[in-house]
Amino acid sequence: MSVLTDRINEIIKPENLVYAKSPLLNDDLMHYCPGCSHGVVHRLIAEVIEEMGIQEQTIGVSPVGCAVFAYNYIDIDWQEAAHGRAPAVATGIKRVMPEKYVFSYQGDGDLAAIGTAETFHAVNRGENIVMIFINNAIYGMTGGQMAPTTLVGQITSTTPHGRDVDLNGYPLRITELLAQLPGAAYVTRQSVQTPGAVRKTKKAIRKAFEIQAKKIGTAFVEVVSTCSSGWKLSPVDSNKWMEENMFPQYPLGDLKDTGRADAELYRIKAK
Amino acid sequence: MAKVRGAVVVDNDVCKGCNLCVVACPTQVLALNRNVNNKGYHYSYMENPENCNGCTNCSAVCPDSCITVYRVKAEA
Ligand SMILES: Cc1ncc(C[n+]2csc(CCOP(=O)(O)OP(=O)(O)O)c2C)c(N)n1
Ligand code: SF4
Ligand code: SF4
Repeated sequence: MSVLTDRINEIIKPENLVYAKSPLLNDDLMHYCPGCSHGVVHRLIAEVIEEMGIQEQTIGVSPVGCAVFAYNYIDIDWQEAAHGRAPAVATGIKRVMPEKYVFSYQGDGDLAAIGTAETFHAVNRGENIVMIFINNAIYGMTGGQMAPTTLVGQITSTTPHGRDVDLNGYPLRITELLAQLPGAAYVTRQSVQTPGAVRKTKKAIRKAFEIQAKKIGTAFVEVVSTCSSGWKLSPVDSNKWMEENMFPQYPLGDLKDTGRADAELYRIKAK
Repeated sequence: MAKVRGAVVVDNDVCKGCNLCVVACPTQVLALNRNVNNKGYHYSYMENPENCNGCTNCSAVCPDSCITVYRVKAEA
């Protein structure tokens, strides 16, 4: 045993470090449930901001929902917005301080229900902001009620027999709709359930921030996520459930990566 | 041939015992401890430390950023 301990101690030295928490993530314990995707995405945002060296220039806008306290964890400037209004608040900040990197961070209840109007119009105006969308198909914070993104048949506290299309309509693929808007420069859908998926999502977030510097429109990153408390599954089973049920409805990959190339189509031909 | 060896350090009191690192580890290094931390969670620890290659898969999926990873090239 002690031989093994010695060998481990030989490895655990500063010169052998290959991964440590970003200094932008402070030591406040996250209030999220065990296994919650919010924590992973927070870490990726912090790592991207750190690697780009833009800590002093970045302003986040946090939502109403479980991520309402996002400002407690990443050491950058933050503004907390009223429910659903993060894209409008981010718009205001970016227009007053165009040299800053501004991003909104929202759940599906915030972005795709109460804040649908703000979401659509911010992207349609092509605001030069990054929008991060955590789609866990449920209202996590308030106790697991149905969201617009809830799957057909999915049991929630307000659909105890499963989402019924006759009564509740269909899951809203808001990201597909946003990709249609000329103001959208980059629209992608990612996930964070495996190391490979996490690395792809980090690249997508990095690309979104780089697009903001180019001022070519809105960069929108959906992360298909889990809510083990709302779904009433363990974190590991939640990931499996997400892969089996969420991914067919919310397929991963880039939906748009053309900048505002199509914006010219909207111009009138003659005066 | 140089063989890669690794080790992880879990911040026991930050870990919430979600188990995601345990299933993400390709070499079955990690397990949840029978003991609990000061929040009552069974925290992750290296049950089979000799298997670790320092790949950082565990730290990549950790929602609470509580895993630090070290890696060395050791002679086989
Ligand atoms: C104006 C207003 N209406 C309703 C609420 C209640 N409320 C708080 S969070 C939330 C939804 C959160 O769901 P989501 O955005 O998906 O985030 P999650 O908690 O799942 O991360 C609702 C409806 C509120 N706080 N304010
Ligand atoms: S309720 Fe759901 S979204 Fe909220 S912290 Fe818990 S797992 Fe995450
Ligand atoms: S670094 Fe890789 S091999 Fe080592 S414990 Fe983590 S996942 Fe397992």
